[in-house]
This record gives sequence, structure tokens and C-alpha cells, in this order.
Amino acid sequence: MSKNLQEYWKRNLSLMTVLLVIWALVSYGCSILFVDQLNAIRIGGFPLGFWFAQQGSEIVFVCLIFIYYFRMSKLDKEYDVHE
Amino acid sequence: MSILTWTYIMVGLTFGLYIFIAWASRVKDTKGFYVAGGGVPPIANGMATAADWMSAASFISMAGLISFLGYTGSIYLMGWTGGYVLLALLLAPYLRKFGKYTVPDFVGDRYYSNTARVVALICAIFVSLTYVAGQMRGVGIVFSRFLEVDVNTGVIIGMAIVFLYAGLGGMKGITWTQVAQYTVLIIAYLIPAVAISMQITGTPIPQIGFGSTITTGQHAGKYLLDTLDMLNKDLGFSAYTQPGAKSMLDVFCITLALMVGTAGLPHVIIRFYTVPSVKGARLSAGYALLFIAILYTTAPAVASFARYNMIDTINNKAYTEAPAWFKNWEKTGLIAWVDKNNDGIIQYRAGKPFVGKPKFSGKTGPHGERIVSNTLTDNPNELYIDRDIMVLANPEIANLPAWVVALVAAGGLAAALSTASGLLLVIASSISHDLYYRLINRQASEKQRLLLGRIMIGIAVGVAGYFGINPPGFVAQVVAFAFGLAASSFFPIIVLGIFSKRTNREGAIAGMMTGIVFTAAYIIYFKFMGGTKDQWFLGISPEGIGTIGMILNFVVTLLVSSMTKEPPAEIQELVDSIRTPRGAGAAVDH
Repeated sequence: MSKNLQEYWKRNLSLMTVLLVIWALVSYGCSILFVDQLNAIRIGGFPLGFWFAQQGSEIVFVCLIFIYYFRMSKLDKEYDVHE
Repeated sequence: MSILTWTYIMVGLTFGLYIFIAWASRVKDTKGFYVAGGGVPPIANGMATAADWMSAASFISMAGLISFLGYTGSIYLMGWTGGYVLLALLLAPYLRKFGKYTVPDFVGDRYYSNTARVVALICAIFVSLTYVAGQMRGVGIVFSRFLEVDVNTGVIIGMAIVFLYAGLGGMKGITWTQVAQYTVLIIAYLIPAVAISMQITGTPIPQIGFGSTITTGQHAGKYLLDTLDMLNKDLGFSAYTQPGAKSMLDVFCITLALMVGTAGLPHVIIRFYTVPSVKGARLSAGYALLFIAILYTTAPAVASFARYNMIDTINNKAYTEAPAWFKNWEKTGLIAWVDKNNDGIIQYRAGKPFVGKPKFSGKTGPHGERIVSNTLTDNPNELYIDRDIMVLANPEIANLPAWVVALVAAGGLAAALSTASGLLLVIASSISHDLYYRLINRQASEKQRLLLGRIMIGIAVGVAGYFGINPPGFVAQVVAFAFGLAASSFFPIIVLGIFSKRTNREGAIAGMMTGIVFTAAYIIYFKFMGGTKDQWFLGISPEGIGTIGMILNFVVTLLVSSMTKEPPAEIQELVDSIRTPRGAGAAVDH
């Protein structure tokens, strides 16, 4: 693998890591581990932890995939590996 | 017009549409048959993936489950959506670049081993068969309630329709039919949800509505979720918005097993072979989850509305004054009432009213209710209500017009049929492509392989239909199996196959076997051999054990790989090549 491609792969991996950390934080963090603490905070009729579990996580998941798509499309062009 | 007439019209129209699409997209070659010619636009593939993924369970059962489970029901919401992030980031683009037809293809080629291919093949068939039996049952339930035909007749009609469009159009036919089915099912889900949200909270957006205040009735002015917390506590359930009986570790493990299982399911993975490029695969995963999330964020709202409506309209009401929907569903056996204290009033409380599913004696009681012969429990609850009816009965509970009820029936059928067809294709391609063509007869002509693919769909439809008509009692139990197995077998070795060049044949086979054997043994012991709750490993239920199986698979694969010879140079080059998007041609078969 050329040096350029190794760099491309590394940047892909670090982007992935960041997004997966967010993925884990909203679902396993906000919605499960810290649900009781967050439930003490309310937004309208929603206890926050409950909202993350039933709405917030799902919305964040969708955003994460689109962010990955846009960042990777840019990265592909930058390293000239796009189709 | 009556509900029945409307249902015939809606179901007739949508079925006509599916068959028309199938005829218009019928295929002549194996590439069209297995991967839709590789030319499906990402947005269409996203819709098809969403329809493929959202089964009768998502459409019919999920909101009902959440309705009864409250917060704990979130395991399904997060578990069945979070997996798409893993798919989009870890699997889909690379598998698309790899560019073969099936999951066993990847496993067999990456690990240069027919043993690995066969293990993957068996897992793919088992997971898909388990799943498809449940779908056929869903078709039967919708038919029997809404078209007033026998469940078995319903299953047979469903089988004929699926065979027509899957056999004719293969993946191409399925994909375009699924686009239509997604449209039908999402409209059918949203219309009643919006109407009920308006009725209860005055807000047209259900996602906001269930966090708003109730507008009319005795609870007017209070937040809906607060009211549910209070009602639940009064009736002896745990608070709706708070963690319930399941331990935190168990909730954690079940959610993870469902997520990873989703990402490892062959009928989901196979969808990403149909788009034209790697970029398209990433985008189409985004669209898929967006389309899924529209339903999955509406479901918890529907769940809370349904729970409120149900308690409000029937609890502490006289049976003789119960609304019409109550008696309609009682006829189907999905609702049963036993007047334990002989006051003629329906008392809904926590706990089971009697042991097992209702067995009707054929007689009616003093108020006209159907008498059950089950052994009664000694708690005060008098009401048996099947979770599955919450979505189907919802429009009736909310007094929506007949055409909405009919639309929901058409939506339920769309959800069940779209998933069934996707699964049947996986089964057919596993046998005709992975087993026959790759392992038995490499010389098979294009025409022979296409014919065999169609015959296999026919056989798979037959088997699925048989299980739909004679459901084995363990269908519900084995669904946990499907996710656990997908999580503990496919996911780790596909991920490592892409992200670790050092992972070799020996590691993959050892890891896969460890994952499957551990997970299967655990589930079989607790589901079929009478293992009890206090024996659970760290308090993890069989539904969540796939998580531990997956971790074991990762560890064993890495350990064994590091102790054995590294993979041949050409495999390492293959891994390099799937990591860069450029040069992804259409999917190829050899």
C-alpha cells in the first residue's frame, strides 16, 4: 500500500472512531448507563434519559451516517481514490 | 362502506401494484436475479432496505411491545436502528467494493476456505428460515382479522404473491416491489399516528405529541407521559418512563446483541451489493436508516398513545358498555376477559389474568363474554390483551374511519411480504449460488443457475408457508437465536476480515465456531432445556447473550490468528483493495 493510501486509511479510521464514540455515548451512555441521572432533567413532557432512548439515539444515528458519507466523499477526492 | 369492503379494495390495489412491478422488472440473468444488476440508485435502495428490514414485527408488534414495556422497550428501538451505523461505517462500503453476491462468498474468499464458506452458509440459511416463518405468520394474522378468511388461506395467498414476484424478478423484482411496499407501509403507519396524536394532544407530529399535554378528558392539562407513569403505578406496573425489571447490564447486552445482529444479518448485508458504487453504499445506508427512523421514532409515540387510550377506554368500564373494537378482537381470541370478582366491570391490573394463552370453552358468560378454561391466577387483573393488537386496533380504538383501518391492514401485509421476499432470496441464493454453483458444479450455465434460483425460491416459499400454517411453538424464542447467531458468527469475522490483514483462515473458523457454539448452547439450555433465571451468566438473558458470543468470537479469532501463519500475499492485497473505493465494478460472481 502506498504511503498516500496508508494516510487515507488512517484518516478514515480516525473519523470512524470519533463517530463510533458518539454512537456509543448517546445509546449506551445517555440512554442506558446514565438514564436515571438524565431522567431528573426534563424537556417539556420528556424525562431526558427516556427521550434519548426513544427518540434522541435514533436521530443521532441517522446524522452519524450522513456525516460519514459527506466526510468520506471529500476524503476520497482528496486522496484521489474516488470512483 | 364497511371496513371489510375497504380492506378488499386496499389490499387488492396494493397486491395488483406489486405484481405489476414484478412483471415490469422480470429478469433474464443471474446478475439481475441476485444483485438487481447492481444498478439500483441509493435512495431507492434505501427505501427497499427499510422495507426489507421492517418486518411484521416492526410494523405490528413493536409499538405494542413498547406500550407494555415502557422505557425498557427502547432496547428494540435502539437495537434495531443502531446496527445501521455499524453497517455504514464498518461493513457496507467494503463489502460493496469486494463485489460478490453473498455473505458466504465474502467469508469463503477472504478466508480462502470452503470450510468457512460452508459454516457461513449454514448460518445464513438458519437465520433466514427462522425469520421467514414469523413473517408468514404475520401475513396470516392480518388476513384472518381484516379479510375474515381463515389464517391458513391467508398464508397461502401470501405465499402465492411472494412466489410470483420473487421468482419472476429475483432481487430486481424484489427491490422495486419493496420501494412500493415501503411507501404503503409508512403511509399506513403515519396516518393513524398523526390522527391519534391530534386527538389526544392536539399536536399533529407524534414525535412531539407524546411529550405534550393531554387536551381533553379527566387528565386534561397534564403531560401524557406523567399521566402514564401515574396510571402504571396505580395499576401496579412500574413507571412508564423509568427502567423496569431488567438489570442495566442485561439491557446493555440485549441492545448490543440486537445492534450487532442487525449488522450481521445476511438479508440486510446483501442489499448493499445492489448499488452501483462504494459511495452509493454509504449513502444508501444513510437513506435506509432515515426511512427506518421515520417509523421507529413514531412507534414509541404510538405506543404511549395506545396505552393511554386502552387504559382510558376499557379499564374500570362495564363489559356490556365496552367499545366495539374490544368485542371484535375478543372474537379473534387476542383479547379475553375473566370476571374474577363478578362485578361485570373490566379490571386491568399488573400480572397475568390466567396461565398461558386463552383457551376458549365455546360458552359465553353472563355478560356475553367468551369463557376461558385456563387456570386463573390470584392477582386482581381480569384482562388478557395480546401485545400484537395495539397497532392493528389503534385506528378502531381512536374511532378513525374505515378506510384508515383498511390501510393499516395493507401496511401490515406490505411489511410482512417485503421482509419475507428478501429472506427468501437469501435462502435461494445461498443454496443455488453458494452451495450448488460455488461448491458443487462450477460449470453450471447461466440458464441452469437462474432456473435453480427460481426453483429454490419455490421450495423456500413452501417451507416458510408450512411454518406459517403450523407455527412451531418456539418461533418467538428462536428469533432471539437469529440475532444472537448473526452477532456471534458473521459480524466479528467480517469486520476483522476488513480491518485486520493478519486475521487468517484458522482464526476465523475457530472464532466463528466458538461464537456459534457458545451462543447456541446458552440459548438452547435456557429456552428449551429448562434453565432458570438464577443460572444466567452475570444476569444476562438469552436475548442478550449474543454480545458475549461476539466478544468471544473476536478474542478467539485474534488469538488463533496471531499463533498461526499469516494469510497469503494475495489475500492481503485483496484486503488493501477493498479499503479503497476506486475500481469498484459491478458485483461479479467468480
